[in-house]
Amino acid sequence: MMTHPIIIEILQIIVLLSAAPLFVGWVRALKCWFQGRTSASLFQPYRDIVKFFSKDVVLAENASWIFRFVPYLVFGTTVLAGGIIPILSVDLPLSATADVIALVALFALARFFTALAGMDIGTAFGGMGSSREMTIASLAEPAMLMAIFTVSLISQSTSLSQIVTVLGHGPLVLRPSLAFALLAFILIALSETGRVPVDNPATHLELTMIHEAMILEYSGRHLALMEWAGMMKLFLFATLGIASFFPWGIAATDNLAAIPAAFLFLIIKLGIIGLVIVMIETGLAKMRIFRVTEFLGSAFLFATLGMLSYFILE
Amino acid sequence: MTVLPINLAIFSVLLLLSGTVLGLLLSRSQRILIYINFFLAAVASLTAIIAGAVTVGNGVINRLVLPAGLPNLPFHLRLDPLSGFFLVVIGLLGLFVSIYSMGYVKGFLGRRSITPLVIFYCLFMAGMFMVVLADDAFFFLVSWEVMAASSYFLVMFEDERIENRRAAFLYLVIAHIGAIAILLSFGMLAGLAADFESFKGYTFDAMREAKFPQVWASVAFLLAFFGFAAKAGVVPLHVWLPEAHPVAPSNISALMSGVMLKTAIYGIIRVAFDLIHVFPWWWGAIVLILGLISAVMGVLYALMQHDLKRLLAYHSVENIGIILIGIGLAMIFTSFKLPVLAALALIAGLYHTLNHAMFKGLLFMGAGAVLHATKQRNMEEMGGLIHRMPWTAALFLVGCISISALPPFNGFVSEWLTFQAFLLSPALHSPLLNLLIPVGAALLALAAALAAACFVKAYGTTFLGHWRGHHNPSVKEVDWFMRLGMILTALTCLLLGVLPTIVIEWMDVLPEQLMGARLATSAGAFGWLWLTPVSHGRASYSGAIIFVWITAVILLAYIILHIRRTAIHRVPIWDCGFEKLNNRMQYTATSFSMPIRRIFGFLFNIKEDVSIKRPSSQGLTPILYRAGEEGDLHYRLRVRDYFWGWIYRPVADVSFRISRRFGRLQQGRIQVYLIYSFITIIVLLVFFR
Repeated sequence: MMTHPIIIEILQIIVLLSAAPLFVGWVRALKCWFQGRTSASLFQPYRDIVKFFSKDVVLAENASWIFRFVPYLVFGTTVLAGGIIPILSVDLPLSATADVIALVALFALARFFTALAGMDIGTAFGGMGSSREMTIASLAEPAMLMAIFTVSLISQSTSLSQIVTVLGHGPLVLRPSLAFALLAFILIALSETGRVPVDNPATHLELTMIHEAMILEYSGRHLALMEWAGMMKLFLFATLGIASFFPWGIAATDNLAAIPAAFLFLIIKLGIIGLVIVMIETGLAKMRIFRVTEFLGSAFLFATLGMLSYFILE
Repeated sequence: MTVLPINLAIFSVLLLLSGTVLGLLLSRSQRILIYINFFLAAVASLTAIIAGAVTVGNGVINRLVLPAGLPNLPFHLRLDPLSGFFLVVIGLLGLFVSIYSMGYVKGFLGRRSITPLVIFYCLFMAGMFMVVLADDAFFFLVSWEVMAASSYFLVMFEDERIENRRAAFLYLVIAHIGAIAILLSFGMLAGLAADFESFKGYTFDAMREAKFPQVWASVAFLLAFFGFAAKAGVVPLHVWLPEAHPVAPSNISALMSGVMLKTAIYGIIRVAFDLIHVFPWWWGAIVLILGLISAVMGVLYALMQHDLKRLLAYHSVENIGIILIGIGLAMIFTSFKLPVLAALALIAGLYHTLNHAMFKGLLFMGAGAVLHATKQRNMEEMGGLIHRMPWTAALFLVGCISISALPPFNGFVSEWLTFQAFLLSPALHSPLLNLLIPVGAALLALAAALAAACFVKAYGTTFLGHWRGHHNPSVKEVDWFMRLGMILTALTCLLLGVLPTIVIEWMDVLPEQLMGARLATSAGAFGWLWLTPVSHGRASYSGAIIFVWITAVILLAYIILHIRRTAIHRVPIWDCGFEKLNNRMQYTATSFSMPIRRIFGFLFNIKEDVSIKRPSSQGLTPILYRAGEEGDLHYRLRVRDYFWGWIYRPVADVSFRISRRFGRLQQGRIQVYLIYSFITIIVLLVFFR
């Protein structure tokens, strides 16, 4: 029986690595249809990654070891995060490695190094991207933790597996604190994954870039790793949202028979999440950078309200 | 005959004091003096570590009475696990910094005599060891003053610069205002313990046994907290810290920031949990609120700095805040009779004390290495040092990751424990606390996230990019002593990050003795790899697995991608076809923090002005600049503390005015002074006959 969790763990990481580009492809295609354009194939992100891997690396003369090390580190932390979040099942050998606070810190680690890589070359763009990214992150991260704290107060645990078990398999209770937390989480997830209205993943327009500005100097396999990790991050935030707020369908046991059903649920939920993202992105314009403060400030406020309503009402 | 830990500790103090004497004798041969004295300091630190580690490990209490001091008031010494823990903290950093100093202090040779530096270094360390060993108010204050006075002389070391003298004076004033408050507090406790009849109450033992009336206990605690907060640099008593730490030699900054501030933390814990030990919840709330304010304000001030050591000094304010959050929570939980939670919060605070000593020591040593190599502290003029100082760059990076609370290094573990303490808190019988605890968790998260932004800035502008300065000095990597000091500290940071279970099991005796609850039965229950503060269903963290996993994935990805050799082309950076890109166009520390300055600007007094001047060769006073004309652009930015204007300036003005009034009494003529004495005698005869 001890082998099953390990099989599930490996399965989950394979799902993460392979499905993340497909999810991004789905979002891009949907967005094109919404805006009345013809879309590229759903599998275009795979082709991009393969193309980047086969290209030579072009490095700036001034690039230090940090610049070359960062893509591997970002890739490694993202894959580790994928092993911790219950995507298919709660019974994961890695799930005890990090609870949800440590998970947020893992993303912070990846971001810390990406920002350093942005400053390594010494161009104004890199520095600008790093500065903006860290500013936004320093507002988003506390809000993120607050939203997650609310969830963990309800489930009496910060371990994600436990949260899924309590929320998904316990009695259904409507809670105002959870609604606030969800609202905050959506706003933060948009900002953390660099989507409209905070950042635009499709832009290379100089003054509006945030994430793209930091990784502007990357090429070849380094760029492939960064892009792939970026896609996985979007996928992971979607699954993190599922695990914390809509955990129904995630397998509760290490029984392999429950996995196909969990997989089916995952596909349906991800499809819907993609639709929501596209609706938000099509409906809203990108904000000025200093309006983001208000955007994240309100996320923070919602999250704090959620936590307060837990302490006072529940 | 067995050697008791307390004897070892006293041996270590004596070793340091003999170093002081040796410094006087050997001042002729400066180079030998450096090696001998810092070697002595390192051995003394090692002895203290052994004494402390054994005491904490066995949970024993040793006492000793030294027939020194005043007649009938002997010095009482006591080595209990709390003192032992702080001995280890001070000893560890003392050991690493002493090794580092063997290289660093050599930089002063030929420029000035290093004898005072070496002598006061030994005295300073001896003072810190004595503070934690003291078991009566008298010896405690003597040691406290030894520590304060010797550190004053260390800050003054390069006394030819006016800012050093000013900083040292400010430090001395605030240290003494704090010391007076501590003296008053101990006086009150001692008096209450012995009913103001005799001097017997001055030992800590007498205070432990006494029962204090609620009101007087509160006054005594608040006085003591004020005094220790002044030493620790809690906002709003922090102003001396960013002045004194940057101007001291860097090995001293490392010790002051890393461990001297911790003696204040020791004092707070000693007074609250040990001497008074019964207290209402609002004491804890005060500590918690001031901790939160310090944490957030400290990091925001740090973000505004472009002086590397000043930035680090402000981060000490932040980290002291985080430690106080843990201690404040522990006090709240203790007063609500929740011993296990209190133990968790106390462990979080103490673990952060240890961690902060390590990473802040490392960062100050790194900053010292940069200063040693480039001869400046201004980050705006630096850049690209990673190519010229690869060792320092890599080690400083470890410090940055640790202080930014990122896994798998040590800063994360203690912040994680603090978060757990917040989250485990049940609904308490106080509406204020139910509001304070969620908001506190949010503020701690904000401080941690801002710290990461600050260290991207610090590291990015100092070590990455191109050199930003106008002239390009020859920068060389520092010598092996300095590297070794930093390497050992960095390794400790990593070990404390990946093996927290072992450390917590070791220090678990502290909460057991102070609040009667243990953590280790649950903390390591799931296995030594996983840190599970309450139960493994509640929360778990394993720094070791994270470290191993990330390393494994990095290696795997690297190997897979390097099977097929693809060429790496080195090319000039892409300048968007502009072709006139220069090093001054990079992002600087000021531009990096600009968005944050704009968002949180309302908390500071910011003056910003831009002026454009024509080249001075034209000899005209510039008034207006028309488009297309060539001119020099000047940007000036001044960010100041509101607290300075609100609290310090009025107090300083009033005290100067009063002193000037009293100054009129000093006529400088002998007749006047004779009249004063005469009047005094008459008054005394009339009233006290």
